[in-house]
Amino acid sequence: MKSYDKSLIADLEAKANYLRRQSLAMIYHRQAGHPGGCLSAADIVAALYFNILRIDPARPVWEDRDRFILSKGHASALLYSALACRGYFPESDLEHWGELACHLQGHPDRLKTPGVDMTSGILGHGIAIGLGLSLAARLQKRDYHTYVLLGDGECQGGIVWEGINACAKFNPGNLTAIVDYNDVQLDGAVHDIMPMEPFADKWRAFRWEVINIGGHDMRAILSAIEEAKSIKQRPVVIIARTVKGKGVSFMENKAQWHGIPPDKEQYEAAIAELTGEGG
Amino acid sequence: MANLAMREAYGRALADYGAANPRVVALDADTASSTLSNFFEKRFPQRFFNFGIAEPCMIDAAVGFALAGMVPFANAFAALAALRALEQVRTCVCYARTNVKIASSYAGVSDFKDGPTHHAITDIAVMRSLPEMTVIVPADGSEAAAFVPLIAEFDGPVYFRLNRAATLQVSQPGETLCIGKGIVRRQGQDVAIIACGSMAGRSMQAAGSLASQGIQARVIEIHTIKPIDRDMILQAAAGTGAVVTAEEHTVIGGLGSAVAGVLAAGRPVPLAMVGIHDAFARTGPDPESIMDACGMAVADIVNAALSVINRKKA
Repeated sequence: MKSYDKSLIADLEAKANYLRRQSLAMIYHRQAGHPGGCLSAADIVAALYFNILRIDPARPVWEDRDRFILSKGHASALLYSALACRGYFPESDLEHWGELACHLQGHPDRLKTPGVDMTSGILGHGIAIGLGLSLAARLQKRDYHTYVLLGDGECQGGIVWEGINACAKFNPGNLTAIVDYNDVQLDGAVHDIMPMEPFADKWRAFRWEVINIGGHDMRAILSAIEEAKSIKQRPVVIIARTVKGKGVSFMENKAQWHGIPPDKEQYEAAIAELTGEGG
Repeated sequence: MANLAMREAYGRALADYGAANPRVVALDADTASSTLSNFFEKRFPQRFFNFGIAEPCMIDAAVGFALAGMVPFANAFAALAALRALEQVRTCVCYARTNVKIASSYAGVSDFKDGPTHHAITDIAVMRSLPEMTVIVPADGSEAAAFVPLIAEFDGPVYFRLNRAATLQVSQPGETLCIGKGIVRRQGQDVAIIACGSMAGRSMQAAGSLASQGIQARVIEIHTIKPIDRDMILQAAAGTGAVVTAEEHTVIGGLGSAVAGVLAAGRPVPLAMVGIHDAFARTGPDPESIMDACGMAVADIVNAALSVINRKKA
């Protein structure tokens, strides 16, 4: 693995924890949202928005920007926290999430919120849409990269595999899929509800290159994304093993925290834990 | 243009337009030699993408192309584009308002050989109900061809409903089409027949038959089901006092329902709907036979006209 500057890693880890706290604050304030999947994906999203993505918040629709599709759109609080922190809109907007006059919809809406590249929320669309974006970039001779973040439970849906199959045919060379593999979905553990193993082998059978990493290891995330960009002969998926509810002990690996907001006591305990981790 | 099969007129027009507009890409779902998007494929292989029998994936990929500023024409059998891929169309095309053009071929009972699995008799109803969607149903091959540039240059999602075969020619050479504007195909003051698609030609035949009985029917072609030409429909109701609608589609939610909504709100007059009445059609030797057998015969239009004229007098 490439060596990264310690301060870069520490900074990104702090950003991830900040996004965790912001996401929980939004969900607590609104008393709605999906805490578990925000906490599990926070390190990946922090790596993308604070290091990887070629973006310019002053030009949200800049044609040459990298694209990010949050295919697991229910982690909207996490995306909104990252976009606000990058300056796409004021962080004070976050506390108005879900209000009628606020641009922040329950699930991301590309027409209302600056920086949202694609509307999402119904699971499964990201890869096929990302493929279209990537093929268009190739036709237009643009060098932007498209990243798609999806959940493991999401991969139970057939449209995901239609997209995966089509990517193998067209191999756009500028698309990276990242799976937030936390093994928990709304009704329980993914391995109970509808097992996806052998998960990596399924992607390989569809002629994808698989990079397995720990999804809370910032060095591994950065390194895997760089490696993925360098592989051109096949589409690449980074399977990031994560912990649903990561960082809040009583939320970790618990399906009930998929889509339930914390009460006051729980929220304060959660923030205390996340603050204690040096964020 | 000669009275080509609608799919051929469309396919040739898309290929021709592709030369003028490099932003156009065509996608298909293993039906390119049926929808005739393969005319485009032959001329612009780099801008043609076949997704196999996976219409939802094709629509999502079209969304991606649109996000990047391309103008994707997604080609498929209507039965699949409007049903199997419906969630993609609702969420990623309409709600996200991406500039995707869905060229939905083999609509109505076009696929006479395969029967009701491959008929599309609910697609207008479904697509019309989606916010942001524009629904266009050309009446003949010439119109299908003429709409291609208009649709490509229109900003927003379009559902473009095409027949497989040639339909009765109703359009005139050189006439101007405008999205959202109906066309008076025949003047008359006793009854108005408002039709779309293949039923426009049949409505002209019905009007001829009515004329021989001394009844002057106004025939209005509504190619844009949404947004519908309210003014023309209300003028027809005011000018004739009785309305018949005719469509190769179920009467639930289609053109007839759209016209009924306009009339009920603006100028209630006796109305009868010609179309399929809450049933599946059946296999037959050709589309015309199926239409005749399933309530869409010229005689059905004539009888509907006579009934609304009687109700007007009552």
